[in-house]
Amino acid sequence: MTVTVTLDNRTARAWRGFTGSGWRERIDVRDFIQTNCTPYEGDASFLTGPTDRTRTVWEKVSALFPEERRRGVLDVDTATPSTITSHAPGYIDRERELIVGLQTDAPLKRAIMPHGGLRMVESGLRAYGYEPDPFVTRVFGTYRKTHNDGVFDAYTPQMRAARKAGIITGLPDAYGRGRIIGDYRRVALYGTERLIEAKRTERARLDACPSDSDVIRDREELAEQLRALDELTRMAATYGCDVSRPAVTAQEAVQWLYLGYLAAVKEQNGAAMSLGRTSTFLDVYLHRDLADGLIDETRAQELIDDFVIKLRIVRFLRTPEYDALFSGDPTWVTESIGGMGDDGRTLVTRTSFRFLQTLYNLGPAPEPNLTVLWSPRLPAGFKEFCAQVSIDTSAVQYESDELMRPCTGDDTAIACCVSAMAVGRQMQFFGARVNLAKALLYAVNGGRDEMTGDQVAPAAPALTGEYLDYDELSAAYDRVLDWLAETYVNTLNVIHYMHDKYAYERLEMALHDHPVHRFMACGIAGLSVAADSLSAVKYARVKVIRDATGLAVDFSTEGDFPAYGNNDDRVDSIAVGLVESFMAKVRKHPTYRDAEHTQSVLTITSNVVYGKHTGNTPDGRRAGQPFAPGANPMNGRDRHGVAASALSVAKLPYAQARDGISLTTTITPEGLGHDPAERAGHLVGILDGYMAAGGFHMNVNVLDRATLEDAMEHPERYPELTIRVSGYAVNFVRLTREQQLDVISRTFHGSL
Amino acid sequence: MSTTTRTGRIHSWDLSTGVDGPGTRFVLFVSGCPLRCLYCANPDTWHMRDGRVATVEEVMAEIEKYREFITTAGGGVTVTGGEPLLQPAFTGEILRRCKEAHLHTALDTSGFLGARASDELLACTDLVLLDIKSFDITTYRRLTGGELSPTLNFATRLDRLGVPMWIRYVLVPGWTDEPESVEGLARFVAGLGSVDRVEVLPFHKLGAAKYEALGLPFRLRDTPSPTPASVERVREQFRGHGVRVH
Repeated sequence: MTVTVTLDNRTARAWRGFTGSGWRERIDVRDFIQTNCTPYEGDASFLTGPTDRTRTVWEKVSALFPEERRRGVLDVDTATPSTITSHAPGYIDRERELIVGLQTDAPLKRAIMPHGGLRMVESGLRAYGYEPDPFVTRVFGTYRKTHNDGVFDAYTPQMRAARKAGIITGLPDAYGRGRIIGDYRRVALYGTERLIEAKRTERARLDACPSDSDVIRDREELAEQLRALDELTRMAATYGCDVSRPAVTAQEAVQWLYLGYLAAVKEQNGAAMSLGRTSTFLDVYLHRDLADGLIDETRAQELIDDFVIKLRIVRFLRTPEYDALFSGDPTWVTESIGGMGDDGRTLVTRTSFRFLQTLYNLGPAPEPNLTVLWSPRLPAGFKEFCAQVSIDTSAVQYESDELMRPCTGDDTAIACCVSAMAVGRQMQFFGARVNLAKALLYAVNGGRDEMTGDQVAPAAPALTGEYLDYDELSAAYDRVLDWLAETYVNTLNVIHYMHDKYAYERLEMALHDHPVHRFMACGIAGLSVAADSLSAVKYARVKVIRDATGLAVDFSTEGDFPAYGNNDDRVDSIAVGLVESFMAKVRKHPTYRDAEHTQSVLTITSNVVYGKHTGNTPDGRRAGQPFAPGANPMNGRDRHGVAASALSVAKLPYAQARDGISLTTTITPEGLGHDPAERAGHLVGILDGYMAAGGFHMNVNVLDRATLEDAMEHPERYPELTIRVSGYAVNFVRLTREQQLDVISRTFHGSL
Repeated sequence: MSTTTRTGRIHSWDLSTGVDGPGTRFVLFVSGCPLRCLYCANPDTWHMRDGRVATVEEVMAEIEKYREFITTAGGGVTVTGGEPLLQPAFTGEILRRCKEAHLHTALDTSGFLGARASDELLACTDLVLLDIKSFDITTYRRLTGGELSPTLNFATRLDRLGVPMWIRYVLVPGWTDEPESVEGLARFVAGLGSVDRVEVLPFHKLGAAKYEALGLPFRLRDTPSPTPASVERVREQFRGHGVRVH
């Protein structure tokens, strides 16, 4: 069958030389990539360094960083609640910038976004010495309800108690939930006029449906999406860009895509505002312009460098409490790079290399959160380059393309740290995490909190034996986890109902298909503490030390027990069992908008705060001591090197933790081999081996302990020192002192 | 004794990358060593009696857990110690079983007991990491408490059998950095066709804490690590003889 597509002139010009038809007939960026991308199997030798232009622009904006670091924020517009069109255009260096657009009218000047919660805005402002604007306070305190207000109207006393005790924690109930990736590529490929037309068609499909609450909500949301696309078009026009039509050149493609993303970060301060999977898409345009002789490699790299400069300076106004949880001002502008296509071709292109090259051209930095979708089948030249970049910058994370592709397809991107979703077709309701270690203590104490003595979980008989009995403890733990899963899912339902109602992501959702597939992304923290504690009870003897009220406040362990992180099935199977059982419990409870239940084993830097709020545990961990991050083994208990440690983590089943399983490794350079020239090859081997064993995610830090210690003493000497922590990268010098000490105390895999 | 129930005394096992032979490797530390090198980083492996008894089966079961990983990662198994040739039957059996499992095998030895390595054992060894502690007979004796000649004889034999070798040379200031001695070793090594590379390893004191824990004196406590310049000078000396140096 011949498909006849009539194109207007400007679209025909934009699509010149492109092949394939499916993506022309419907909004389908994946199909466009599949039919037009040029896989690259070579090495990194074609890459170019920074130009004087790039250096000048980057120096101009990075000169502002020391002042920002000193004051916490450089500047805030306190009076203008941010919308897509709220601020006049801003520039770093108007003459030199190739890609333009800032969140406000000046670089690093933050905006306020009170729809998520007025309290968060006000305490954020006060923390940095600003007075909240009286008009904003009146509007959002009197006339316009926020997400945060809505949530607390609908929380039950039990939900509040669980939240206060920190057994359910990190909930997005006072700020934007994030972890939604708009398909910003659509703006470049189609232009907003075509996207608006497609959205109108989606909306018209609902006209004949009975007006029940689901349909009414969908209609209203689609109307908001249309409005947001119109606002995007107007905002772009203030920068002199007509995004109503498709991008014609590579420069326009990068610019259009970025303007789509910019509209999202002007409207939402989501916890993670991830970018998606853009490098191979953009490569199609760069490849075409290179072939047409319109640009050379130097200019191609400049465009990506300039784009990345913009992504590095995305900022939100947040509170010191938030910073204690997720330090270093993260925005999780995650970009997913590489991976394989369903047809067996690689999706690595020259632009995959160009994105990584920005870590050399602009120096290492935590954002954008560069994430390589790893497969042992990736081209050797690309694998080697990734490993070298990791060794040089510690700024890259790796996730298993082989595990994700069968579940979410070959156009999967990572939101935040480890959350996989098909770009533009799936989204998630971010659900933070529950504290499994604290839950174990609740099992011992009949539902009372070990720190406060308060009855948080339903009262049950406390365990009374002098020594803990494994079967008895397991049964009590199972009951606590039943209660926890139920309370947790119900709490998340409240949060996401209210977020949709009061702080809906209009623009991001306008860049999704309707209907969209939703995940309810639950999570667990303290897995290794819980597993080792159960192992101690099972394989050693754990005596309970109780206070005068009968509350178990400490434990004394007699004998040895196997610890998670040594590839020892006796305890690794306990960790696997916990992941499986909690997922099964979560699945029993219906979710808001029928979202598909998932969970992650991820803490980001919050492992420090969770540890602070959790008492002594039977594994020997002292009260207040940090948990291991994510799915990591506890600090110092993995005694057989990085491979053994990684293989324990690789046993955790991805099918029962589809929102991701995070492992952070820190290897000394020497730990990758005596010979620097061989280290990249060795790291490739470790990544291949780990992923082949079913490992999902690995953060790779290649660092000396001495470097980190020196950076604590002399932060001014290490403005760029970047390290990976549980799913994102941070400037080491921007971590709190507690978190710095936690990082340093973690196992370094070196060699004697 | 049947081979399936053969036992040895082992200290521990570990996974390492790029420091005990090529790639990521399962490294088996056996207990017991006839030498007492002053810079030894593993004094806890000196005595066989301190090791725990392990069967070949038990060790192979542990290795099996890593077989896929180390194969994919491009590594193998290294038997080290202690001195693996103090327990040649056990070591040989492990190497043979690893070969059968298609794993790359390496033997890390001082060569002092090289005569105890049968041709059959060496046939199951893909690579020997041969530590030559010094090329000066007197220094060797003072540094290790043993004789140099068995090691040199072993090296010559490995060359004759065509067993690939990595020569390891620990550079200790005031002990092994004398240019003439290095020169002699470089000339000797250059004459061995099966030497694949020389590793010049800077002396470090990371094992000092172990001495303290064992209540032993660490006699090189005040010896500094070599400067990068002197490490480079020694590497250059080897290179001067056409040897590949890392």
